[in-house]
Amino acid sequence: MTEHPAAGSAGVTNVLLCGIGGQGVLTAAELLAHAAVDAGHDAKKTEVAGMAQRGGVVTSNLRFGPRVLAPAIPDGEADLLIGFEAAEALRWVGQLRPGGRAVVNGLRVKPPVVHQGLFDYPEDPIALIRQRGIDLRTVEARDIADSLGNHRLMNTVMLGAVADLLPLSAEDLRSRVVEVFRARKPALADLNGRAFDAGRAAVSRAPAPEPATATAN
Amino acid sequence: MNALTEIAIGSRTLFSGNEAVARAVWESGAAVATAYPGTPSTEILETLARYPDIRAQWSVNEKVSLEVAIGASLVGARAFCAMKHVGMNVAADALMSQALAGCHGGLVIAIADDVGLSSSQNEQDSRYWGRFAHLPMLEPADAQEAHAHTLAAFELSEQVGCPVLLRLTTRVCHVKTLVSVGERQAPPARGFIRDSRRWVMLPSNAKSMLPRQDERDATLTALADESDLTTLMDGIDRSVGIVSSGPAALSVREALPDTPLLKLGFTHPVPVERIRAFARTVDTLLVAEETEPLVEQALKAAGIDVHGKDVLPRHGELSVSVLRRGVARLRGEEPAHAPPAGPDPSVFPRPPTMCAGCPHLSPFYCLSKLRRAALIAGDIGCYTLGAGHPWQAMDTCTCMGASVTMAQGLAIARSGEDSKKSVVAVIGDSTFLHMGMQGLLDLVYNRANVTVMLLDNRTVGMTGGQEHPGTGFDIHGEEAPRVDFVALVKAMGVKPERVHSVDPYELPELFRLIRTETQIPEVSVIITNQPCVLTDRHVPRPALKVVEEDCTGCGGCIDTGCPAIQVTRRETTTTKSGKTKELAFARIDSAFCTGCNACVETCAPNAIVPLDPAAHPRLERV
Repeated sequence: MTEHPAAGSAGVTNVLLCGIGGQGVLTAAELLAHAAVDAGHDAKKTEVAGMAQRGGVVTSNLRFGPRVLAPAIPDGEADLLIGFEAAEALRWVGQLRPGGRAVVNGLRVKPPVVHQGLFDYPEDPIALIRQRGIDLRTVEARDIADSLGNHRLMNTVMLGAVADLLPLSAEDLRSRVVEVFRARKPALADLNGRAFDAGRAAVSRAPAPEPATATAN
Repeated sequence: MNALTEIAIGSRTLFSGNEAVARAVWESGAAVATAYPGTPSTEILETLARYPDIRAQWSVNEKVSLEVAIGASLVGARAFCAMKHVGMNVAADALMSQALAGCHGGLVIAIADDVGLSSSQNEQDSRYWGRFAHLPMLEPADAQEAHAHTLAAFELSEQVGCPVLLRLTTRVCHVKTLVSVGERQAPPARGFIRDSRRWVMLPSNAKSMLPRQDERDATLTALADESDLTTLMDGIDRSVGIVSSGPAALSVREALPDTPLLKLGFTHPVPVERIRAFARTVDTLLVAEETEPLVEQALKAAGIDVHGKDVLPRHGELSVSVLRRGVARLRGEEPAHAPPAGPDPSVFPRPPTMCAGCPHLSPFYCLSKLRRAALIAGDIGCYTLGAGHPWQAMDTCTCMGASVTMAQGLAIARSGEDSKKSVVAVIGDSTFLHMGMQGLLDLVYNRANVTVMLLDNRTVGMTGGQEHPGTGFDIHGEEAPRVDFVALVKAMGVKPERVHSVDPYELPELFRLIRTETQIPEVSVIITNQPCVLTDRHVPRPALKVVEEDCTGCGGCIDTGCPAIQVTRRETTTTKSGKTKELAFARIDSAFCTGCNACVETCAPNAIVPLDPAAHPRLERV
């Protein structure tokens, strides 16, 4: 590992995952937490569950390092934001510390309240994030998952996309993902490995942050 | 092989607080564990069900679960029960009297508070139960402590001879961290001790227990003062000292690492003398507690000068950022840097929704069309979302079972314009069995005029799909006697011709039934009978689509609230009578559509058809 940009000042890495109920955000957070523990870190992982699973906003806080005290990431101290949906990333991007990074799925999901005409979905949430000067990488995780034949691979694609931005070994994270699926759903183990690799490759090819006027996607 | 019992003793495993409590209950040699599901406590029993040699079971409500656990304790076994904070309101009748009598085998009651109110109807502070019931209360800060405190709670319960309350919060229950586990102790071999003066709470017997309760209070106060569950975490900056407990104490330590912290683990009785000694070592004392000023008031009553809710909020979580601001306020300083808290408010809201094909969609679609002609009393469950868009078809929701009972009050006391309306109660299957049945019995007995919609989706949906007596399965997924709702409500005295079991996907039939029954001045019960789409009992049917050229933009399908239906474009048009009309053209996301068919009937131009007609013969049109 040559790049450890996400490590915070106190030696604790704060990862904020956000998305929509049903997208696999919590599963992804769980896998990252296991990978952090495997690497010898102390870790705390927390989320708001309950009603959130019904298509609502889901976030998970993962903190790891030599010793983690508070369960939740303090306001504005996230090192890495993993956005599983573009507008959800916009909703939470203010929680990044100065210099924090965001990896965002280009997928856009309009909720029923938007379809019912009560609220507007932003025209380009990715561009709005970029306008804030955020170090942003995007990945079309849904398209990659679909091309591998199963849209549920999206969260593994996202894990691959962030694998090189964490102070953890990307190879170990990959092994953990494959191992978990081998234990639970053996038929999907290799496929998840491929999804991980595809996410990792796709995000590494992503262009450097564009000028504020450029539109993403 | 059981993965849970195979964990190496002493190794550290990533456990949530709920999993850690379950582990410790099992290690304690408990024989019985009971609960009714409730966020954030649900996973304790779900986890316990996976351990051997302990009888873990769902109860129909929290009062029942506590009483079962009390019975198990009285026969000498160690027993456990778990509930969410509002569950204790239901169980309180048993708690308050058994607290006086005490217990035999160790009895631990976990109460999980929803600090921050993510999935509840209020944010009550369960620590008051310790004071109210004269019972000890232990308060862990994370999963490792949840494990240790649960073990200590069983020991304390048997040492003192009374139930012990374990206060959890969402940030204990749902936070995963490393926990080292131990072995299971052999269950104690004890039997029932016949002692009617203790276990039969006649007034004379209960009265004789009161002095013993006073003695127990004194014992507990001494134990709390010297408990090693309370720890001093020292710091070099003695200008402020903080007393805290639970996850808030960890946030205190992170926010103010140089500030001395007395972290309480045994929080009732409040260890006043220990805190008094701590107070002498610092210039100013601050209590950081979630959520009510309970310790603060106890200290003030003991003559200790203390700050608390004058600088810290009375609601919600005491996060690192909140604590930093509070201490800055205490010191009269301006907070140096205040990053935004939480989500960006300028982004549209994304409230929870009912699922695509949810069997609750059509009942609320129907109710939304009868909206002006009805008062609708709702209840606790996924269907409480019927209060939101697009249905807005719920007028009240207070607590478990209150739909049926409050509907009766609405029905019998209404006057004026309200008299012209029908009164409808909407309640789910599990909520009905929890606390709705008695309300229906009362409704029938008092001959009120209410239409009860019993939405039977055969699961406890909102908490993630648990079993109950209406599903025909137990917590282990094994077959269990299944209640017959139709027979049950008839047995309560609802006239047979006023009881209807209906397929909610047959929208016209459902609508006709609701309209008819709300016009008849008697108690009616309409039971919908399709299972929750998130359970294995649901069998999806082939997806539907909107024929684009046939869609007139009437928006009828959008009114169902099904999240699989999406608007592709909007237009404004003028009708023949000169009114402007908003049009919304729709499509159906076939990845989410379950083929339930409910939207087909809302489509005036018949533009909703099977994606693959051959796969969906039921929908062929003439």
